[in-house]
Amino acid sequence: MDIKLTTPLTKEKVENLKSGDKVLITGVIYTLRDAGHKKMIEQINNGETLPIDMKDNIIYYVGPSPARPGQIIGSAGPTTSYRMDDYTPTLLDLGLKGMIGKGERNESVILSMKKNTSVYFAAVGGAAALISNTIKSCEIIAYEELGTESLKKLEVENFPVIVVIDCRGNNLYKTEREKYRT
Amino acid sequence: MRKIDIHEIIDVVKELCIDANYNIGGDIFCAFEEYSKKENSVIGKEVLEQLIDNSKIAKKKQMPICQDTGMAVVFLEIGQEVFIEGGDLNEAINEGVRRGYEEGYLRKSVVRDPFYRENTNDNTPAIIHYDIVKGNLIKITVAPKGFGSENMSRIYMLKPSDGIEGAKSAIIETIEASGANACPPMVVGVGIGGTFEKAAILAKKALLRPVGETSMIEYVKEMEEELLKKANGLGIGPQGLGGNTTVLGINVEVFPTHIAGLPVAINISCHVTRHSSKVI
Repeated sequence: MDIKLTTPLTKEKVENLKSGDKVLITGVIYTLRDAGHKKMIEQINNGETLPIDMKDNIIYYVGPSPARPGQIIGSAGPTTSYRMDDYTPTLLDLGLKGMIGKGERNESVILSMKKNTSVYFAAVGGAAALISNTIKSCEIIAYEELGTESLKKLEVENFPVIVVIDCRGNNLYKTEREKYRT
Repeated sequence: MRKIDIHEIIDVVKELCIDANYNIGGDIFCAFEEYSKKENSVIGKEVLEQLIDNSKIAKKKQMPICQDTGMAVVFLEIGQEVFIEGGDLNEAINEGVRRGYEEGYLRKSVVRDPFYRENTNDNTPAIIHYDIVKGNLIKITVAPKGFGSENMSRIYMLKPSDGIEGAKSAIIETIEASGANACPPMVVGVGIGGTFEKAAILAKKALLRPVGETSMIEYVKEMEEELLKKANGLGIGPQGLGGNTTVLGINVEVFPTHIAGLPVAINISCHVTRHSSKVI
């Protein structure tokens, strides 16, 4: 049975999610990937105000393909998450509660997730056309000069993800791989 | 001497960029269907079914299968009796890529410098590989390569004494380390022999061979079959969420090499391994 989750993603909601849960997200999520993370961390280091408040928010690691005229967004599947690992603990400390991507996270991210009670979801990588159907609006909030890597606000409806690493540090990639190893 | 106008090359490259990104290869689609029947994990099976649906949606709506529409890798086999007229060939290929990525609403994912990362905004330059062959035809192949999987690729400069077993260990080690990052089920291209760069190019070319088509060399074929079985026993599964479908195909190409060397290049590719070709 899929769990329906509405944003904002509060601490209580995160605590109820466990590794392996299938979740449908409805509400607002923000897109950010490599260059956007770099920029945001520079802003933090310079003491500037960030374009969005991290508190109880979800970041989706994605660089969508361009929309055709009349389309909301192009294809929009997840990108590989580990490239964001160096930047992630700083954002978690600012209140970021959820991340959507694909692939493993390093130990410092997992420790920070446990400390800050946050969750890491995976969306199906490469299922980009399918995922784009669940995105109902897309607005550029900041870093427009980064093109596909800009910070975007997405309104999503029943956006399908799976909990890979929960706030207790349980990791679906590790537990499932062991089950099917021959 | 057969003359080919440069504008024809621009048009073909443009069409191939779009076709490769919208329409999944028949070999990959068949592999999805075949493996979804054999997958033991419930989540794994669901992921494979989603990939089938996704490729159908992309084809029907004519949109990219994956948002990472790749860096355009272009292979040209140019017949030595062909005369190309009307302009610069490198520039024509890049113009084809530029038009394909713009007109096809494909993502522009190329930065001008590896450190000063400004997007070129037209997905150029392409990575171009030329081969001069017999005849009076040109075969053009566009293979857009996403970097989730490209980043997981490796090259090993093994010792001759490492032998086939050493090469197999290197390949399995690379697949295992790729885990969920490379968007499994993967396709794995392997180039063995030659020099450092020859092995890497062979590995990339190995990805052009359809999944399910084995090597013509008996021992290589056996190696491919053994590796496929081993890789699918790693437990990684579709999207790394567990299962017995980790790799759809492993294609190995071999080439003569130096008495002192055994280069093994492993090019990891995701489940949308794309390539489209046309002969003109």
